[in-house]
Amino acid sequence: MDAFTTPLLAGTATGALLLIAALGLALTFGQMGVINMAHGEFLMAGAYTTYLTQQVVTDTDLSILVALPAAFLVAGALGLVLEVAIIQWMYRRPLDTLLVTVGVSLLLQQLAKDVFGPQGDPVHTPGWLDGHVDVLGYHWPYRQMFTILLAVAALATLGALLKYTSYGRRIRATVQNRDLAETMGVSTRTVDRVTFFVGSGLAGIGGVAVSLISGTNPNRGTTYIISAFLVVVAGGLGQLKGTVIAAFTVGVVTAFFTDWFSSSMAQVLTFALVVVFLQLRPQGLFTLRTRGLA
Amino acid sequence: MFLSRSRLASGTALALAAALSLSACGGSKSGEASASASCVDTSGDTIKLGFLNSTSGAMAISEQTVRDSLSLATEQINAAGGILGKKIEPVVEDGASDPAVFAEKIQKLLTGDCVAAVFGGWTSASRKAMLPVVESDNGLLFYPVQYEGLEASKNIYYTGATTNQQIIPAMDFLKSKGVKTLFLAGSDYVFPRTANKIIKQYAAKLGIKIVGEEYVPLDDDDWTTQVAKIVAAKPDFVFNTINGSSNVGFIKAYYEQGLSPKTTPIISVSIAEEEAPAMGKDVTGQFAAWNYFESVKSPANAAFIKAFQDKYGADRPTSDPMEAAYTSLYLYKNLVEKADSFDVDKINGVADGVAFDAPEGKVTIDGENHHIAKTALIGRINSDNQFDVVWSSGKPIEPDPFLKGYAWWDPSAK
Amino acid sequence: MKQLQNWGRTWGPLLGIAVIAIALLVVAPAVLSPFRLNNLGKYVCWAIAGVGIGLAWGRGGMLVMGQGVFFGLGGYAMAMHLKLEAAMATGGPDAVPDFMVLYGDGTMPGWWAPFRSGAFTLAAIVMVPAVVAAVLGWAIFKRRVKGAYFAILTQALAVAFATLLVATIKQTGGFNGLNQFTVFFGYNLYDPTNKRMVYTIAATALVVCLVVVWQLYRSRFGELLVATRDAEERVRFLGHDPANVKLVAFVLAAVMVSVGGALFAPITGIISPSDVDATASILLIAGVALGGRALLLGPAVGALAVGFGRTTLSETFPDQWTYFLGLLFIVVVLFFPAGLGSVSSQVVGRLRTLLPTPRRTPIAAGTDALEVAP
Repeated sequence: MDAFTTPLLAGTATGALLLIAALGLALTFGQMGVINMAHGEFLMAGAYTTYLTQQVVTDTDLSILVALPAAFLVAGALGLVLEVAIIQWMYRRPLDTLLVTVGVSLLLQQLAKDVFGPQGDPVHTPGWLDGHVDVLGYHWPYRQMFTILLAVAALATLGALLKYTSYGRRIRATVQNRDLAETMGVSTRTVDRVTFFVGSGLAGIGGVAVSLISGTNPNRGTTYIISAFLVVVAGGLGQLKGTVIAAFTVGVVTAFFTDWFSSSMAQVLTFALVVVFLQLRPQGLFTLRTRGLA
Repeated sequence: MFLSRSRLASGTALALAAALSLSACGGSKSGEASASASCVDTSGDTIKLGFLNSTSGAMAISEQTVRDSLSLATEQINAAGGILGKKIEPVVEDGASDPAVFAEKIQKLLTGDCVAAVFGGWTSASRKAMLPVVESDNGLLFYPVQYEGLEASKNIYYTGATTNQQIIPAMDFLKSKGVKTLFLAGSDYVFPRTANKIIKQYAAKLGIKIVGEEYVPLDDDDWTTQVAKIVAAKPDFVFNTINGSSNVGFIKAYYEQGLSPKTTPIISVSIAEEEAPAMGKDVTGQFAAWNYFESVKSPANAAFIKAFQDKYGADRPTSDPMEAAYTSLYLYKNLVEKADSFDVDKINGVADGVAFDAPEGKVTIDGENHHIAKTALIGRINSDNQFDVVWSSGKPIEPDPFLKGYAWWDPSAK
Repeated sequence: MKQLQNWGRTWGPLLGIAVIAIALLVVAPAVLSPFRLNNLGKYVCWAIAGVGIGLAWGRGGMLVMGQGVFFGLGGYAMAMHLKLEAAMATGGPDAVPDFMVLYGDGTMPGWWAPFRSGAFTLAAIVMVPAVVAAVLGWAIFKRRVKGAYFAILTQALAVAFATLLVATIKQTGGFNGLNQFTVFFGYNLYDPTNKRMVYTIAATALVVCLVVVWQLYRSRFGELLVATRDAEERVRFLGHDPANVKLVAFVLAAVMVSVGGALFAPITGIISPSDVDATASILLIAGVALGGRALLLGPAVGALAVGFGRTTLSETFPDQWTYFLGLLFIVVVLFFPAGLGSVSSQVVGRLRTLLPTPRRTPIAAGTDALEVAP
C-alpha cells in the first residue's frame, strides 16, 4: 500500500511547493506578461530570510511564524525594486524581460554567495513540525503537511484578494483590457507594482517551505524556476485554476516516476511529458480569452 | 529557390574561405606528440606553483576550504625558507566548477605561467578533464580529495583516499558491528555509483545484504521519497555517498520520518567537520569514514589546527580534504628536495617512499601508483560536531586504486 | 552614389566576413601561443553556435533558451567517435571506451557501435539535430506557439537533456562527460600541429556559416523570415505558411549549433553536461545578445567577445565573473536591445528622444508579442 501512498502524499507536497512558486509567476507572467527568471532567487531570498530570522528569534518554534511575513516582505520588496528599476521599461517585451531577469538572477546568486558564503546555512525545523504521522506505511512528515497548508492558504488569500477586493477588480480589469482600464481611471502603474510585489512575495513564502527541506543554498532558486514556469504554462495563462491543477499533477507524477525509476529519470520524464502536452495543447489546460491577452 | 539571387557572390566567398583554410590546414599524421620542453623557470629565488580550485559555481562551497589550507601551507613553507631555498609564488585560478574550465586553466598554468606543479581539483569530472592536459604537457597535479579509484597517472599524485582506504575499511567496520542489511544512498554521479559497485561486491563476500539503492541528482535536495524507502526496508545501516548540499535534504528527511542513529545509523563518506553543523539538525551518533578528523591526537595535528585557526578564525573546523591539500604541498616539498630538482621526471624517479608526518599521521607515497598510504578511521559525531574515533585500521593502508589485491573484485560484473 | 551604396550593401558584409576570416585564419595562428589559440578555438565554437542562434532568434524571432541541447547532440556525437577512436588506437577494433569498463560492466550499448565510423559520425552531427529540431519545431510552429512559451519550453528541454546525461553514467559518462580524446580522425590530438589543424577547421566552419547566413539573409527566404518575425499574421494572409519558414530557420540553426558543439569536443578535450545545460545555453545567448542578434556578424563577434571575456575576467577577477555576466545581460537588454553592433544607428535614434521611453517602445528587432493562438 505504501507503494501508492508515499508518492501520492509526497508528490502532493512537492506540488504544493510548486504551486506557491508558480502562483507568483502566474500573477506576473500570466497577468502582466513579464517573464521573471529571477523569481527563483526571490524564493532563495525567502529561504535566507528564514535563516536570518532564526538568528534573531532563537526560539525555533516561533521563528518560522515570524519568518513567513518577513520572507513575504523581503521577497516582495526585491520584486518591487526589480519592477521599478528595470521591468517597467519593458512591458510588452516579454522576451526582453526574460533576458534581463536572467542577468538579475545571476547577480542575486553571486550576491548571496558573497554575503552568506557559498556554503548553505542551516535552518532548524521547529519542534511542532519535527515529526510524522503514519499513513498506511508512509511516515508522512508534518513538514509536508505544513507545505500543503501553506499553499492552500496562499491560494485562498490570493483568490479572495482577486475576487472580493477593489484591488482585485483593478487587477482583473487591467489584465482583461489594459487600455480600457486606464481610461476608466484605474492606475495601471500602481496595479502593476502591487501585482509584482504580491507575486514576488509569494515566492518568499515558498522560500520558507524550501528552507525547511534543505536549508539555504545560493543556487537553489534555479532548481525550482523552470518547473514552476512549466506549471504556469501548462496550466494556461490568466487562470489560477489551471495553475493549481498543473502544479499538483506535476508534483504527483514526478513523485510516482521517482518511485518507479529514479529522481533523475523522473525529472527528465516529467519535463518531456509537459513538453509533449504543450505540443498537443499549446494554450495549456485552460485559456482565458480576452482581447488584452490575445 | 531561396538562393536564386547572386550565386556569384556566395561562390566567391566560399572559394575564399576554402582557400584560406587549405593554406592553414596542414595536419601531421605521423609521430608521437613531442612533449614540449618544460618552461619552468628555476633560476630565480621563487618558484611558481598553481592553485586551481573552484571559487565560483556549485563546488566553491568545498573547494574554497582547500584553497585556504593550501595558502596556509604556502605561508608556512615560505616562512621556513621555501622549497630548495626558493619561496613559493602561488598563481591562483578559478575552475568555476566546470570541467572544461579546469582543462583550460591547467593548460594556462602549465604552459602560460610555467608553474612547476598544480594543486587542486575536487570533482572527479575536474580531475578527468585535467588528466590528458597534465599528461600531454608532462606536468604535475596534486589532487587532494578522496575519490572512486580505478586511476593512476604518472603526472598526478593523489593525496586523498582511494577506495581501499575509505570504502572498504568502512565495510569492515560495518561487519565488525554485526550489520546484516545495508541501504545505499548516493548522489547520481560517478563516485557514488562506483563506490556502490565496490560495496555491493564486497557486501556479497561479507554476507551483508543490500536492501535498497537510491540516487538523487547532485543539485536536487528533496530526499523524502527515497527516505520513505529506507523506512520501509528497515536496514541495519545506511551507507551514504551523497555529495555536497544534497546531504542537508537527506538528513532532514531522515529525521523527519522518524529514523534515528539508534535504529538506522548512517555512515557517510562526505560529511566532515565542515558539513556536520550545516545540516540544521543534530546529527550526533552518526558515523563517517575518513582518514583524518580534527579530533586526531598528534603533535602535527595540534600544530596544524592552531595555525589554521590563527589564520582563519577559531570557529573554522579542519577536515579531511583540507588536511590532504595541506599535506600535498608538504609532500611536494619533500619530493623536490629528495630529487634536488623541480623536474617532473626526476621527481617521479625518487617518489617511492617519500613521506611526511601529516596531521593524520605519517603518510608515504607509493612510487608505483602515486597514491599515498593512509590510515583509515571511522568517527562518530558527538554533540560538538566533532568526530570521536571509534575504529581505526591501526596502521597505514597501502593504496590499491585498481583493487588488484582483492580477489572478490570483478570490474566487469553487472 | 546610389551604385556605390548598392555595392556596399552587397559586398560590405562580405568584406566583414573576409576581415574575420583573415583575423581568425591568418593573424591569430601567427601571433597566438598554442594555448591561446586553442582558447580562441573554443570561442570560435561558441561563435558558430552564435551564428545559428542569430538566425533563429535575431531574424526569426525564435528565442531558444535550450540551444545547449543541439550543442550537446553535436558535441556528444563527435565525442563518442573520438572516444571510440582512442579506444581502438590502444585496444584494437573491438575496444570499448575506458569509462564503460570503469563504471559499467565493460559492454558497449548497441547505439554506440555506428559511431566507430567517421562518416556516420559526421552525418549524425548534421542529421540528428536536424531531425530533432524538425520534429520539435514542426509541432510547435504548426500550433503557433511563440515567443516566451517557446523559450521556456526549450529551456526545460535543456535541463532534461543535461539531467539525462548525468543519469546515464554507463552510456554517456554521466557528470564527468566524455574526455581523454587522443585521436581525431586518425590525427594524434596531442600533437600541436594537429591541434592547430582542428582550430583551422573550426575557424573555417565559422566563416562558412557566416557566408551561408549572409546568402540566406539576402535571399527571398531571408526577407520572408524577417516578415514572419515582425508580422506573422500578415505573412499568413499573403499565402505563405509561416510555420515552414520558421521551421527551416530553426533546423538550420540547430545544425549550426550542433557543428559548434562537435568541434568543441576535440578543441577543449572534453564535453560534459555542464557544457550543454541551461546555464551553458544562457552563455550562448549572452554573446548573441551582446553582438546584436539580428545582425550578420553581431552574433559571432559577440560570442567571441563573451568567450574571451569569460577567460580574461575569470583570470583577473575569479570571483566577480558572474557579476559581469549578469550586468551584461541587464545593460545590453535595457540600453542596447539590438546589441552593441548596432550602437551607432541606435545613438542617432536615441539623440532624438534622449532617454529610454518607458513602456510600449517597440525595439529594433525581435519584438515578440505574447501570443498563443487558441
